[in-house]
Amino acid sequence: MERYRELRRLVHDPFLLLLVTLVFALLALFIVYPLVRVLATSLFYRGEFNPKYFLQFFQRRYLIRPFLNSLTVGGLVAMLGTIIGFVFAYAVTRTDIPGKSLFKVIATFPIISPPFLIALAAILLLGNHGLITEFLRARFGIDWDIYGLPGLVLTETLAYFPLAFMTLEGVLSGIDPALEESALDLGASRLRTFFKVTLPLATPGIASALLLVFIRSLEDFGNPIVIQGHYPVLTTQAYLAVTGMYNLPLAATLSVILLVPTLLAFVLQRYWVSRRSYVTVTGRPTPSSLKATTPGLKWGLFAVLCVLSGIILLFYGLVFYGSLTRMWGLDNTLTLENFRYVFSTGLDYLLDTLKIAGMATPIGGILAVVIAYLVTRKRFPGRGLMDFLSMLNFAIPGTIVGIGYILAFHNPPFQLTGTAAIIALVFIFRRMPVGIREAVAMLQQVDPAIEEAAVDLGAGFARAFRRIVLPLISPAFISGMVYIFVRCVTAISAVVFVVSAQWQLITVALLHEVDNADLSQAAAYGVVIILVVLGVILLLDNVLGRLILRRWQRAR
Amino acid sequence: MPVEVRLEGLTKVFHSHRESVVAVDRLDLEVEKGELVTLLGPSGCGKTTTLRLVGGFEIPTAGEVYLGGRRVTHLPPQRRDTATVFQSYGLFPHMTVFENVAFGLKVRRLPREEVRRRVREALKLVNLEGLERRYPRELSGGQQQRVALCRALVIEPKVLLFDEPLSNLDAKLRVETREQIRKLQKELGITSLYVTHDQAEAMAISDRIAVMSEGRLQQIGPPYEIYAHPANRFVADFIGRANFLRAVVRGPRDGRVEIELLDGVRLEVPAVADLHEGDEVVAVVRPEAVDILPEGEGDVTATVTFAHYTGSLATYKLALPGGETMEVEVLSPQEKGFLSEGTRVGVRFHRQSVHLLRE
Repeated sequence: MERYRELRRLVHDPFLLLLVTLVFALLALFIVYPLVRVLATSLFYRGEFNPKYFLQFFQRRYLIRPFLNSLTVGGLVAMLGTIIGFVFAYAVTRTDIPGKSLFKVIATFPIISPPFLIALAAILLLGNHGLITEFLRARFGIDWDIYGLPGLVLTETLAYFPLAFMTLEGVLSGIDPALEESALDLGASRLRTFFKVTLPLATPGIASALLLVFIRSLEDFGNPIVIQGHYPVLTTQAYLAVTGMYNLPLAATLSVILLVPTLLAFVLQRYWVSRRSYVTVTGRPTPSSLKATTPGLKWGLFAVLCVLSGIILLFYGLVFYGSLTRMWGLDNTLTLENFRYVFSTGLDYLLDTLKIAGMATPIGGILAVVIAYLVTRKRFPGRGLMDFLSMLNFAIPGTIVGIGYILAFHNPPFQLTGTAAIIALVFIFRRMPVGIREAVAMLQQVDPAIEEAAVDLGAGFARAFRRIVLPLISPAFISGMVYIFVRCVTAISAVVFVVSAQWQLITVALLHEVDNADLSQAAAYGVVIILVVLGVILLLDNVLGRLILRRWQRAR
Repeated sequence: MPVEVRLEGLTKVFHSHRESVVAVDRLDLEVEKGELVTLLGPSGCGKTTTLRLVGGFEIPTAGEVYLGGRRVTHLPPQRRDTATVFQSYGLFPHMTVFENVAFGLKVRRLPREEVRRRVREALKLVNLEGLERRYPRELSGGQQQRVALCRALVIEPKVLLFDEPLSNLDAKLRVETREQIRKLQKELGITSLYVTHDQAEAMAISDRIAVMSEGRLQQIGPPYEIYAHPANRFVADFIGRANFLRAVVRGPRDGRVEIELLDGVRLEVPAVADLHEGDEVVAVVRPEAVDILPEGEGDVTATVTFAHYTGSLATYKLALPGGETMEVEVLSPQEKGFLSEGTRVGVRFHRQSVHLLRE
């Protein structure tokens, strides 16, 4: 009865009805349908049920090896990344070391830059013609390079520890220092306090960080494609199956195999670990009086943070330096030639990237805000389903999404391959979940009575949304758009499948240069990407943000 | 007077993970045109849910809502001719006072000049002239409250809905504002449904009070009626204070009825329907409905076991010979002398104020 009434109510709010229908249609077409196609392709062959690659899973090295490799890398990266993340988080929340905010900024570099820039830097340093490699070869006659497992672990750890850091920083700053002080007060040693109080309280956060980094490592495509050597992982193997062998059933099977551990980790993180959190959110945590650390520990942590931050800075510095050399490793004379190359030959890639990102950003931003609003504030049949579907791509590796899009949109009725639209759609539906979360978080701080008042006074959905909701959550709207744009400019794992001769992306161009061993030109692309990202963050966050926020802030 | 709001068998069940809570349970209610009816009850009694069902913010599980004779159960809030004054006011923080009040008029696509005129008139009505350009955050709590009221009034709704509109104001302002609301409501003749948990507020402001508990309507009637003739123990207890003394009916007498309390005291009190000799009843005796007399006078002798002095009132607990205790309030105790604990006094019941409940 109530359901039926919800439905009838929708009829009297035609715009809302239209919107709900439209959102469901979009989610079905661009999230569910590609996934279904991947599953179907992995299970059916020529119209018959024939999961041949699944059946051969344990016999074929090209199936089982990437799987085991992915798990090995994922496990190692998760452990190392979480340890480093914890050290960072502990130092920042539990000591009064100098330069905290600088460390935080440095730790966000890998998050906002394309993660595979770290792999590029690692190659500049430790690759075939790397600075250290050449040095070792010339001085000691040692022929060693970083390709393979060591390179993967090194680069992915550096690329994804910030995620663990941010998770754990939240967890640790949520633990009231009064608890640690009580333990010390009751006579426990600092070590005992750490192991008996701090660590147990942080355990759910640590588990959460482990799983998140594990997922990111499994999903990573950019670093492995650059640095894997002869150590294939699932994402790269699936890519190879598409581009090298044009074997879509194999690619689909590999991506489904990738999906299993990723989804498992996601479900574990979301529904099990996060429920066990001891952290109670009761406003601002009391400022720590920092009694739990000794000066020795404090400066020890400081040193570790300096070294790690130094490595990150060194890596990014190398990319800048590399972009200014004629031919990395062979001819290190300085030149601006690479940038001329990027802005002539590479200009199309850059413009394509900006055009597509420019399309995807506002659409994705608005869609995210609309969905967030619908699922948090409106009542209609299927609301829970909309929530679930819209967040689904958050848990699904880009490789599957990319393969799904080729499978789904290669033939009529939805023929999109080769267009800019397919790339934009990948961006929109892959990056929307973060925008949705931000908007939901912001909406939860807005008194529902404000919108209810608007509707009560006669405003329909469209007006209430545009005049009341959107202005009130504009900060989330803007930061959601910044996020989507940044991801558009730095993304690789899903879009690598849907780029075409007509529409190329700058990240893909960078990979091609790495493939051709033109490291200097690759580095120049990397520098341009970083500059674009920084420029956009500053522009959108400051200029646009201020314009929109001015009125609302005056009200504050 | 025609009926403006009619609720028929209105039911709302909320489902959470494990349990279902019946917030409103088969509620029937009518509000006449121009009348102010208050929904009164403790928190969780379903009064706010009822209001939200009328406003269209919740969809009823069963039952119907009629506004002005038209069934509106299926209509969303913007299609209903109601306006709500929210507990948290729900002012648009990014709009000025003027823009807040003008919002509903602009939605109705009124000409700019008319919008301006009506906003100005409405602001004048609630004494907010001159604050048009302020933002809500720049106003005091009382001013914010009046903007919320003004914003609801200006669209001239058929029905005004008040959701505990005074609960965020301090005690003194609360009394002033409720008088102002009542005055405006009467002048403009706007049908109103008013939710509060404050019984004094309800008594002061209402034409009729609907007392709710656990989603059900317990009693509806004018404040006087509710206080003097509560329908059951819950209403008697919730509205004002009450002593419940057990008694037995001894027989009707000239349209009245004689009861006998546990102490053997016999009182002739107003009758209620369907009482027979020998019935066990409960006599509701308000604390102010007795006289304290010197020992030996009145109906019965009692002992003061507790004495509490608050200035305008003295509150005593008396042990009656039958074993029951009762609470008594004495106005202006300075005049009558403050009694200390242990004093023996005579008690005389005000016959006319005793109300009988069958249980």
